[in-house]
Amino acid sequence: MEAFLASPFGVLIITALQTLAMLVPLLIAVAYMTYAERKIMAAMQMRVGPNVVGPLGLLQPFADAAKMLMKETIIPSGANRALFILGPMLTFMLAMIAWAVIPVNEGWAIADINVGILYLFAVSSLGVYGIIIAGWASNSKYAFLGALRSAAQMVSYEVSMGLVIVTVLLCVGSLNLTQIVLAQKTVWFFIPLFPMFIIFFISTLAETNRPPFDLAEGESELVAGFMVEYSSMTYALFFLGEYANMFLMSAMTTTLFLGGWLPPMDITPFNWLPGPIWFILKICLCMFTFVWVRATFPRYRYDQLMRLGWKVFLPFSLIWLVLTAFVLKLAGWLPA
Amino acid sequence: MIAALAFYVFAAILIASAVMVVTSRNPVHSVLFLILAFFNASALFLMAGAEFLAMILVIVYVGAVAVLFLFIVMMLDIDFTQLRQGFQRYAPVGGVIGAILFLELLFVYGSWQFAPDAATLRMNVVPVEPGVSNTEALGRLVYTDYVFLFQVAGLILLVAMIGAIVLTLRDKSVDSKRQDIATQVARAEAVVLTKVPAGAGLATMGITRRKLPEAPKPKAVAHDDPGHSGGGHH
Repeated sequence: MEAFLASPFGVLIITALQTLAMLVPLLIAVAYMTYAERKIMAAMQMRVGPNVVGPLGLLQPFADAAKMLMKETIIPSGANRALFILGPMLTFMLAMIAWAVIPVNEGWAIADINVGILYLFAVSSLGVYGIIIAGWASNSKYAFLGALRSAAQMVSYEVSMGLVIVTVLLCVGSLNLTQIVLAQKTVWFFIPLFPMFIIFFISTLAETNRPPFDLAEGESELVAGFMVEYSSMTYALFFLGEYANMFLMSAMTTTLFLGGWLPPMDITPFNWLPGPIWFILKICLCMFTFVWVRATFPRYRYDQLMRLGWKVFLPFSLIWLVLTAFVLKLAGWLPA
Repeated sequence: MIAALAFYVFAAILIASAVMVVTSRNPVHSVLFLILAFFNASALFLMAGAEFLAMILVIVYVGAVAVLFLFIVMMLDIDFTQLRQGFQRYAPVGGVIGAILFLELLFVYGSWQFAPDAATLRMNVVPVEPGVSNTEALGRLVYTDYVFLFQVAGLILLVAMIGAIVLTLRDKSVDSKRQDIATQVARAEAVVLTKVPAGAGLATMGITRRKLPEAPKPKAVAHDDPGHSGGGHH
């Protein structure tokens, strides 16, 4: 048995099982996130929310999924067929493959690679392609406008996100995600780097095209932006991709700033809960904030969005990066 | 065995997509093939053990440069028939230039001489101590050993950037109104903070719904059409 597990075939099977163990809970969480979002927003707006399908409306996600599957996939006659299908598939795939490096507990990452954070950043920066390709292949003005907006927006906010990540890396001295979490044993990074934590969170909102930065789909002017021509399962893939991306960004925030799987303090009542539970709780906190922001803020105007990205976040994070480097160097806190 | 197979697969896809970049009719497809080429190059970096370079290639070239490239190319309004019209006229010139370049490359290759210790130098470019990741080794090289060259490269890029900005900068203050967010937010009446009890709505702030004008009553029309106003149908 040992010999079999060490053989290439055995490794393949183990990796496949690990991947399933990661993705199945993720997809269930995505399904229930749509329900949670509707319930939370309903509560904030003094409505009831979904309550018909199943007890407390708990079967609503499955009803939605079944509806999506049953509908007809319509491909517009002017569309570029191959790219039209590729767009949503790419969005969904990219939202899934990033989870390969997320450490849920010490040693619980499918691939604990040296450059984990760079891998995450690379994958999240590719997310824009699904949207651009979809918008262009639809051969529709609304979709195209949405795609262009989203391309400019995501590239702008990636710059400040990159600088925030570099700031965290300065404090850790490693690109490995497990090392990043372990470096937060004394204090979670959101306390010393609080402004960067805020910038990172707002950038993740822009990066996932969530309100108040959802100009790519702005339903009041672009109908649904890049998704306007999509139907049934292709539409559902965009939807799943968007929510999985939100989870991914929450996991990134948790890993970089909220101490990953670490309990708030290493004392008795807190370390009763195992690491993965803490990790999930922190992700839930971030996801709740995503919904909270959606229910609270009106949509940004496009020029204000660009101004915020380039004229506020970029200079601020650059200055904070240099400051962090100075403080670390002068105080002798630079990790070896 | 698997590594060699993967190398050939990645290399073959890389070359094939590079060819498609040049030959495909649609410029958007060209850019997408360019992206595929970048990906395969990054995979080759990974196989060579240069994981940092592989990730940076994806982040910088695929995640930023190619996005802007695609952005521009998608907005171009290109007439393909017009593009192909001059093909026969320009083909001889292009062919001659290509042939000259090819011949020059052949000459260069023919007279190329390797340093006598090139093979050993190639084996270990940098004396890397064991246990140092290639990210760290690269960082030491760029930021410690060759920091002045690095700074000079940065300055050259800065000059190029300033040039691009100067070329595109226009003074728009004459004919456009700018939004000054600070003054806008600082207006006395701009923001009002109140604590509204749940369910009370805006009425507690003295904001009431404007009374809608009463809908005009339907006019009574005197029907002289006997078919409708008269009693009974026919």
